[in-house]
Formats: sequence, C-alpha cells, structure tokens
Amino acid sequence: MTDITAVDQNPRAAGFAISEASVGDYIALMKPRVMSLVVFTALVGLMVTPGHLHPVLGFAALLCITIGAGAAGALNMWYDADVDAVMRRTSRRPIPAGRVLPREALAFGMTLAIGSIAVLGLVANWLAAALLAFTIFFYVAIYTMRLKRTTPQNIVIGGAAGAFPPMIGWAAATGTIGLESVLLFLIIFFWTPPHFWALSLWRAEEYARAGIPMLPVVAGRAETRRQILLYSIVLAPVGASPWLLGYAGLLYGVTAIVAGAAMIGLSLHIMALGDEDEGLRAAKRLFGVSILYLFVLFAVLLIDDLLGAPGRVLL
Amino acid sequence: MPVMDDNNNETGIVLTDEQKRRRRARSIAIALALGALVLLFYVVTIVKLGPGVLQRPL
Repeated sequence: MTDITAVDQNPRAAGFAISEASVGDYIALMKPRVMSLVVFTALVGLMVTPGHLHPVLGFAALLCITIGAGAAGALNMWYDADVDAVMRRTSRRPIPAGRVLPREALAFGMTLAIGSIAVLGLVANWLAAALLAFTIFFYVAIYTMRLKRTTPQNIVIGGAAGAFPPMIGWAAATGTIGLESVLLFLIIFFWTPPHFWALSLWRAEEYARAGIPMLPVVAGRAETRRQILLYSIVLAPVGASPWLLGYAGLLYGVTAIVAGAAMIGLSLHIMALGDEDEGLRAAKRLFGVSILYLFVLFAVLLIDDLLGAPGRVLL
Repeated sequence: MPVMDDNNNETGIVLTDEQKRRRRARSIAIALALGALVLLFYVVTIVKLGPGVLQRPL
C-alpha cells in the first residue's frame, strides 16, 4: 500500500513525467547568446547585399534563421545532456538540471528546425532554406554527434556551422551565393578556433573530465596557444579581405587591420605568459576581445555599407 | 493506472501550484507564438502577393 501511494505521488516513477519547465527553460534551450550572434551576422549578410528585399520579408527571413539557430541549439543540448551534466559551465542547463526531459527538447528542436526551414523557403527562397537545413544538420549531426567527441579539430570543422548565417542572409536577399558572402563565411570560420581555444585554455580540466578531446586536453596548452596565434595570423588578412577585394570602404579596412593586429598581439601575449594565472587571465581577455572583434567587424561593415556604395576606396 | 486530474486528490496525479503556474505560462507562450505566426503569415502574404491576393480566377 505504501508503494502504491509512493508511485501515485511520484509521476516519474509511475512512467509519467509532469513537465516542470518554465518558458525561460525553453528559451535557454535555444542558446540565446549564440542566437544573438547569429541574428547579427545574418542581418549584416542580408543588409550588405546589392539586391533588395522587402523589410517585412527580410524580418521574416531573419526570424527563420534565428529560430533555425535556436533549433540547432536545442538539438545540441538534447544530444549533449550527458556531457553537459559533468561540466560546471553547462550543468545548470535545463536538461541536466532535470527541468526539461530529453524527449521534450528533441521534439522542440525538430519542430523549430522543420518550421523555420519551411517558412524560410516560402518567405525568401529555397536556396536560403537549403543552406539553413544544411547548417542545422551540420551542427547537430556532424559537429555535435561526431566531431565534438572524436577530434581536437572539432571546433575548427564545426565552426563552419556558425559561419553560415551571413551566407544564408545573403542568399535570402539575392537567391545566390556571392563571393562577398563567402568572405563573411571565411571570417567567422577562421575566427572560431582562436575564440573557442581561448575559452578551452581555462576550461581544459572540465573538458578532460567530460571526455571532450579539446586541443588543450589532447595536445596541451602550449600547442593550443601556438594554434591560436597561427589562426589569428590567418584571420587578420581574411578579416580585411572585403576591403582588399573592393567590397568595403576604407573605414572597414582600417578597422579590420587594427582589430586583426589586436588579435595577433593578444595571441602573442598569451604565448609569452604561459600557464601561469596571468596567462589564463590573458586567455580570458582574448576570449572577450574575440567576441568584440567579430561584433565590431560586422558592425563597421554594415555602417560602411550604409554610408555609401561598396567598391570605393575613400570615405 | 493513475489519471492526471487536477481535482481528484485520491486517484490522480496532483500538480503542485508551481507546476500549474509553469504549465499556464507555457500555454500562454504557445498561444502568443501561434498568434504571432498567424500575423506573420498574413503580412507576408499581403507583401508577396499584394492586391493580387484577392484577384484570382474562381
């Protein structure tokens, strides 16, 4: 009799699960901070196109790209719940904390993914929808399910998923994939390794405990710092390439050169400092500066485009 | 098999006040999202088709 009462009062034990998720938990599943970067880069990709898209359709396309990114985040959290549970940074996420059931996150993510792709296809065009579908597939099936747990190159290759949004925005507005959108893709692609490896430098122990083969875990912090520098050296000219190839003005060119030099300078700085506390603090600073780098570059590109036609050399 | 029933304390699963509050918040959020989608589809239809939306062969 006691057992029956216990089962009645414990829905999970009886095979039932009463959802305890708040609306905020579902928003958290979509990784709003990642979404904000996606919105911004996609907006720039959409705005700097030579074509014209009605503002309402542009807004709808941007919404679809944002929701698509949220879907990828939810599916990532569904699959990574076991890993998230053992890392301090992620242990309070809705699934490991027990507020959202894995199957709820899966259903939520799939619904958003299918809905956002279909609506983007109807509102903008099917090239943009196909790119969004591929991005979600790449992030979930290639990065989350495969690369993340098997190779220290996980975030290098997986970074492509985060680099697609401006290309999707461009495709939504023009129906094509232009060289300029490829440049925007490359900027984010080469920005991702120094950004995430800077984070992993002071989170290496947590990644090791979770069994994630991040570069500092597999190759050590010294090699990671060397790789950060190498990618920063590649990133600087790639960041300036829209100006070098005549797609952006001098304002953007100067900003990209200064920002690229700052990234290289900070990378050299963390190499010089080594594993001491000061070195890890510098890695945190590089992580913060890298976020600023991408934001500033895309913001100035947008301002530059709004100030006048691309292709000019002087302001 | 227990039945989910808010009003029957003896045979069903009893939701706590917090669970009820969260369920209500989720329901409102879904309603708002659906309402926003209806509005979005309406506006997008008008923008894409313009006045032509009403001019079609019967």
